[in-house]
Amino acid sequence: MAGTAVRRRLTWQVATVVAVNDETATVRTIELAAADWAGHRAGQHLDVRLTAEDGYTAERSYSIASAPGEPVTITVQRLDDGEVSPYLTTELRAGDELEMRGPIGGYFVWDADHTSPLLLAAGGSGIVPLRSILRHRARSGATAPVRLLYSVRSLPDVIYRTEIDGLADGVSVTYALTRQQPPGWTGHRGRVDAGQLEDVAWPAGRDPVAYVCGPTAFVETIAEGLVGLGYLPHQVKTERFGGPGGP
Amino acid sequence: MSPVSRGFHGRRSDEAAAPGRVPPGQYVTHDFPVLSAGPTPHVPTGAWTFSIRKAGAVLKSWTWQEMRALPADTVTVDVHCVTRWSKLDTRWEGVSVDTLLEQAGAEAAYVLAFSDGGYTTNLPIADVTGGQAWVAFGYEGGPLEPEHGGPARLLVPHLYFWKSAKWVRGLELLERDEPGFWETYGYHMYGDPWREQRYAGD
Repeated sequence: MAGTAVRRRLTWQVATVVAVNDETATVRTIELAAADWAGHRAGQHLDVRLTAEDGYTAERSYSIASAPGEPVTITVQRLDDGEVSPYLTTELRAGDELEMRGPIGGYFVWDADHTSPLLLAAGGSGIVPLRSILRHRARSGATAPVRLLYSVRSLPDVIYRTEIDGLADGVSVTYALTRQQPPGWTGHRGRVDAGQLEDVAWPAGRDPVAYVCGPTAFVETIAEGLVGLGYLPHQVKTERFGGPGGP
Repeated sequence: MSPVSRGFHGRRSDEAAAPGRVPPGQYVTHDFPVLSAGPTPHVPTGAWTFSIRKAGAVLKSWTWQEMRALPADTVTVDVHCVTRWSKLDTRWEGVSVDTLLEQAGAEAAYVLAFSDGGYTTNLPIADVTGGQAWVAFGYEGGPLEPEHGGPARLLVPHLYFWKSAKWVRGLELLERDEPGFWETYGYHMYGDPWREQRYAGD
């Protein structure tokens, strides 16, 4: 688990909202423009700070949804009891300003020169940093084969649906619909179990690397399942809601 | 000068409910979120040891039974995660690091806590002594669950919670400060939540 990241100071800067795009009923993608963005690696996150008129501030971390080299975008899931996500997903509009700093995190990252087979496992909005990896792979012409396992309540809850269904060139996609399936659905139903995971995961003998992101129960199930299939701990990188990319 | 976020009012109920107890940039949660970089290790207590090492030598080691036979404290503390949640009035049971260092009979300026799974984190010795740090194996009256760091984790509540290493297996005594796992990836070397020392340079 040795790290190689460069330590440098992260300063707050003002970013302008370039565009917002509603992905689902509760999820919005926000494109940001900042004058001094040093670039990011696929899988990293950033911090957002909002300021009320009386100076009160609130900060949160969000995974970066775009690939390195693309405009910085985040994708935010609205939490009904949240303080920041309801604002970002309903009130915020193009032309607004907010503060951000980053990129943050250096462990849950993937670089285009990595050749190991990739298992990407997402629960709900855990797809966001994995989408950055998928876009980076496509844009860079990398050839690491990918299996994407995306667990979500129902098809209308799938984020980036069109983009994911258009993936080709060595990417296979498996949806697991946990709550509601359309008529005639022949794919996975319910929460992913060890047997279903074995169907999707690369055999440990292929020297794969897994990136697992989602709610805690999903991450625990998948990570433990992969260890049970022979993956070593360093081959299973995890990230959970409440703390993208961080401790 | 921060720009005002049009239409943002904020909730700000946390500071009102617990004045002086929520560090800047934090919000209070009543859940107990789980954060870790990899799979949860499951080490049976029969195979568990805790070691204090210096310069490659083991100065003192305890089995699980030996650790549990030491005098333990029950403490109620607030914990603050760098990802911005704070959890107030959490109750832990554990052995003071003072007791362990005293039995090991060694001095140093810094420690590097090490854990199953390869995780490490660095702390000044002054922050793990004086009744400020524990090897904790009990949480809210029961055993500490594996996903929260069981069988035992370090508990250093006055610093951001990544310093409270889960699945801790020992302390390496050092004369110079060395970055641990998250510190290498840009997180702050010290991590004081009241000074918002989240990342390097904060």
